[in-house]
Amino acid sequence: MAAETPAITPELVAQHGLKPDEYQRILDLIGREPSLTELGIFSAMWNEHCSYKSSRLHLRGLPTKAPWVIQGPGENAGVIDVGDGIAVVFKMESHNHPSFIEPYQGAATGVGGILRDVFTMGARPIAALNALRFGDPDHAKTRHLVSGVVSGIGGYGNAFGVPTVGGQVGFHTRYDGNILVNAMAVGIAATDGIFYAKATGVGNPIVYLGSKTGRDGIHGATMASAEFDDASEEKRPTVQVGDPFAEKLLLEATLELMTTGAVVAIQDMGAAGLTSSAVEMGAKGDLGIRLDLDNVPTREEGMSAYEMMLSESQERMLMVLDPDKRDEAEAVFRKWGLDFAVVGYTTDDLTFRVWHNGKEEAALPIKELGDQAPLYDRPWVETPKRPVIAASDVPAPNSLAGALKTLIGSPELSSRRWVYEQYDHLILGNTVQRPGSDAAVVRIEDGPKGLVLTCDVTPRYCEADPFEGGKQAVAEAWRNITATGGKPLAITDNLNFGNPERPEIMGQFVFCLKGIGAACTALDFPVVSGNVSLYNETQGRGILPTPTIGGVGVIDDVSKSIGLGFAGADEDVVLIGETAGWLGSSVYLWLIENREEGAPPPVDLQIERRNGDFVRELIIKGEVTAVHDLSDGGLGIALAEMAMAGKTGATITALPEGVPAHAALFGEDQARYLVTATKADALIASAQAAGIPALKLGTTGGAALTLPNGEAISVADLNAAFEGWFPAYMARAAEN
Amino acid sequence: MKSAVILFPGSNRERDAARALKQASGQAASIVWHGETELPKGTDVVLLPGGFSYGDYLRCGAIAARSPVMDAVRAHAAKGGLVIGICNGFQILVESGLLPGVLLRNAHLKFICRMQHLKVERNDTAFTRLYRQDQVIEVAVAHGDGNFLADADTLKRIEGEGRVAFRYCDADGIVGKDSPNGSVNSIAGIYSDKFNVLGMMPHPENLIDPLVGGTDGAALFESIAAGLGRAA
Repeated sequence: MAAETPAITPELVAQHGLKPDEYQRILDLIGREPSLTELGIFSAMWNEHCSYKSSRLHLRGLPTKAPWVIQGPGENAGVIDVGDGIAVVFKMESHNHPSFIEPYQGAATGVGGILRDVFTMGARPIAALNALRFGDPDHAKTRHLVSGVVSGIGGYGNAFGVPTVGGQVGFHTRYDGNILVNAMAVGIAATDGIFYAKATGVGNPIVYLGSKTGRDGIHGATMASAEFDDASEEKRPTVQVGDPFAEKLLLEATLELMTTGAVVAIQDMGAAGLTSSAVEMGAKGDLGIRLDLDNVPTREEGMSAYEMMLSESQERMLMVLDPDKRDEAEAVFRKWGLDFAVVGYTTDDLTFRVWHNGKEEAALPIKELGDQAPLYDRPWVETPKRPVIAASDVPAPNSLAGALKTLIGSPELSSRRWVYEQYDHLILGNTVQRPGSDAAVVRIEDGPKGLVLTCDVTPRYCEADPFEGGKQAVAEAWRNITATGGKPLAITDNLNFGNPERPEIMGQFVFCLKGIGAACTALDFPVVSGNVSLYNETQGRGILPTPTIGGVGVIDDVSKSIGLGFAGADEDVVLIGETAGWLGSSVYLWLIENREEGAPPPVDLQIERRNGDFVRELIIKGEVTAVHDLSDGGLGIALAEMAMAGKTGATITALPEGVPAHAALFGEDQARYLVTATKADALIASAQAAGIPALKLGTTGGAALTLPNGEAISVADLNAAFEGWFPAYMARAAEN
Repeated sequence: MKSAVILFPGSNRERDAARALKQASGQAASIVWHGETELPKGTDVVLLPGGFSYGDYLRCGAIAARSPVMDAVRAHAAKGGLVIGICNGFQILVESGLLPGVLLRNAHLKFICRMQHLKVERNDTAFTRLYRQDQVIEVAVAHGDGNFLADADTLKRIEGEGRVAFRYCDADGIVGKDSPNGSVNSIAGIYSDKFNVLGMMPHPENLIDPLVGGTDGAALFESIAAGLGRAA
């Protein structure tokens, strides 16, 4: 072995993504030159992806506690209590870099990884969501990436057997070189049946579960911690390959194993595989770990210690076992045809030891591997404020109906049916509100309780004003849950940004986090899990700041949840909330005027909460027949979506006063909802009594949406534009 | 009614199927592991659930069709016992020789999950007696390989013997207007020659509840429960 071991040169250190001062920190910590395997371990633990070295300092400011939070950030996933002894386990995680290089496998293994995070904690996954961002539709690679990512997500989730119930798809040229694939998984467990990663007991066996280890994915986490350059596509071999069949077996075997009482601690092997899982279990339990790699099941011959420690082969877990239950535990895994191998044991020397072929390949202080990772307070500058654009300074379109049709058929706002029909969203038979709703509603087992789930962020707002954009992302998730009747409980955040070594990017990060924190606090909507993805940048061009928020709420009786489609004719259409006609950073300004300018709409969190609480109560009391939140494209788009979903038109006779018609229709003022009711007078009176603006806009019915200026557009025409863009776009790909 | 749901490695709609059987009959279904060589004593109906048995890494259903339990399922069918295969279960029935034809990749080459109308071709079988003749029902489809095909002679026999159970159609019941996968003659499900084995791609087990999309699938399970064992 020694002859093959290269010297630890500065070049080799750099290839491992470690800066010279970081390497010096290693030397100081262990008092000697590391072996190659040790260098690999440090690079795996200290890269941005695993160590959060640029972000940790700022993440500390997020609110993470509430009476219903069982487990906040720091475990495989967050856990909240939804009553009746039911815990909800959820997290969102990015797989951006691998998905750009190999879209099918990159996206598939992103889904696999997040599902594993959830069932590692003892929860059965009951829903998946995803938030996807692609480059300009006209960019040469976009179609290929959309096609590959969507089929990869479907290919994994469909075979695993979890319904994919919601998400987001967006396009913008700033993602041309760095797409985003953020996958979220949600599971349920008994509140007293949660499993954690903290190892206990000295001399307990460490068991390797699942698929065999191969050479795939070596240095995946390091790749995810670097900018892309022209050579990035050569990194294809570092993308892992997913096996949803193995994952399904691992799920069933793991949950069955947990019922035996054999599991002391358990951790999935995600980024940095065996290294990260072993170190985390030991460090959390204040124990040392000894691994004997000769016992690791491998799929290839002659793997070195270095390769085994850095492999990111999928569908694997590491567990600390109760030695008295070993036979029982092994029988479960054998039944499911999975590997079960004792690969080490816990020790009391707080050292992470790795043995291979009779030689100690690594002996490192286990606490310091995690705790002493570099921590950076990177310099940042605040994003300059943009001017507020007055509605009167934005030209009106020739035709309001024409603008509406253009927007509803645009890449940004058109139907995502082409995407979600490739995801099995009906399996398990509990999907009450399906994709295309404000939020998905998934019944828990036989009900009546259900979860309300959504993914939200408006990257153009975050770019324009990171603080307001961060607030808005959380507020919109809260609003979407509210609009289906749910009580918002907690979020997971997936923070996607460019290169944190650039002060302006770091400034985006810092202020988005401040905004997220402010909104979470004001809305009682704490962060319980999350993931940071930095270096989403290619040749100096970063993505739009994209802190995706995955929101989870609960509804006590899913039969009370409500959809967004007009429920019938002759119902009153009422706008709840204040309309100032805010067109800065709006979709209208971007797509109709071709201007990506202006301050984004401010979010008043007190008003957000007041209006939302009012609407939720209307839903639960059964006083409204349909509800839709207003977001991208404002009132006009919301009306069109309600009409299409309900296959019913409406005649709009009034718009908010004192605002130009195009700003009233397409302005993106926050904290607003559209509701319908058979008789709205009482509803409007009670809103006004609570100081909440409520304006009757018109009446449902007919086959067209008629605007106050007399312009009309048929629901069929709207639908053709809305449903047309995506399939036509992807069909063009087939011709190319 | 005693029902058995077979669990293959990679099955994933076994819980959905068991729920539908229980809702229709009041009795919990037995979940039977693929490695078993016998069905639970007194089993009336066997259900092969949807999923991706063995990952569908070979032809869909090909490995599962050779599981130990399938000999017991074949014996059950040979005695006239009821067998229903849904989605991957249909693929397994075809691969195991209990039903004719093959299920190819969807014509558009993509997995598709959506609501789909079906026409009930006959209502005189053990599986459809509670539907109306030619009733148009709406259920879910969720598959990548549901494109049914058989050679000309086989197809002629299936059609001639009235063994098509369901055809894809549009909301008005017009066959040929709305197929999710390109199946020949819009075939969504077929019977064995004795009408005691049914294979179908759509998922009636996911449409048994007004809160979750509708109840058009419930009558299939209620039909089984209502008139057990007597195939028409």
